Amino acid sequence: MWRYFTPAIAFLLLGALFAVALVRIENGTMDPRAIKSPLLGKAAPTFVLPTVTEPSRPFDSAVLKGHPYVINVWGTWCPACREEHSALLVIARRAGIPFIGIDWKDDRQQAQQYLGQLGNPYTETVADDEGRVAIDWGVYGAPETFLVGADGQVLVKFAGALTEAIWAEKFAPFVQGGG
Amino acid sequence: MMKSPVSAVATALLIGWVGTAGAIDPSAAFADPALQARYEHLTNELRCLVCQNQTIADSNASLAGDLRREVREMIARGDTEAQIKDFLTARYGDFVLYDPPLSARTLFLWAAPGLFVLLTVGVVVRTVIRRARQPIDADDSEESA
Repeated sequence: MWRYFTPAIAFLLLGALFAVALVRIENGTMDPRAIKSPLLGKAAPTFVLPTVTEPSRPFDSAVLKGHPYVINVWGTWCPACREEHSALLVIARRAGIPFIGIDWKDDRQQAQQYLGQLGNPYTETVADDEGRVAIDWGVYGAPETFLVGADGQVLVKFAGALTEAIWAEKFAPFVQGGG
Repeated sequence: MMKSPVSAVATALLIGWVGTAGAIDPSAAFADPALQARYEHLTNELRCLVCQNQTIADSNASLAGDLRREVREMIARGDTEAQIKDFLTARYGDFVLYDPPLSARTLFLWAAPGLFVLLTVGVVVRTVIRRARQPIDADDSEESA
């Protein structure tokens, strides 16, 4: 009797596991490629980088100290960044905290053009031409978005195209007033 | 020994594949063979986070190139292998290592093969004992059924 039931039950359990995973991947609640950032709960990496608009004027992340802020890693070469851009404009306006764009291994001219055409959600956009700051943040794809708290700790990391729903679920609870 | 055309083609493909492997770096990173060996050893142990199934030595993703540069600079600076691995795991987690260290989090990962062997041995032993206890004629009737 058990000889027939055991494989059948094992098969059904496996099938159920796969079905749950497929549904969760499909609706975006699970990303099998996502890597949990070891930076969460740690001090945010600091950086000094030239700004995209005025390359002669460097931006020092030390000025952000004491306030919550958002880091968004993007590039004009990245289709998912274009996809999240309109949502980013809305989110950044509502959140009322600085949004720092890190333009990752990109062409400055194209970056300026891109922001001119699609709108600029960023308080400040810095150019990481060599990708060194991106490595400090553990970036492995674009776009990636981080929320840093007033105490300088990395609170949230999200890899992939941001939407207002994802912001409301993952980021807003950490932003005063909900963003 | 006669070679079939299929095996000849397979051999040619294999040689071609082996020939291109490791051709991502256009030239050796170090003139010193000892440093070059350390560099090759490390880049073959670190995962490319973009492709996730390739090492940074194998991948031509832009991030893999940046990570190779980082490893190259740290070796040139005289950093130890542990320091380089710490630098990368602080940023990307254990996932960047193809050989993850034994810790509370990876204990099940490391124990799983042993557990599966134990499970298999257990099932085999149980089956053998049960079969041995069965009367011979009952066993025959089962096989002919």
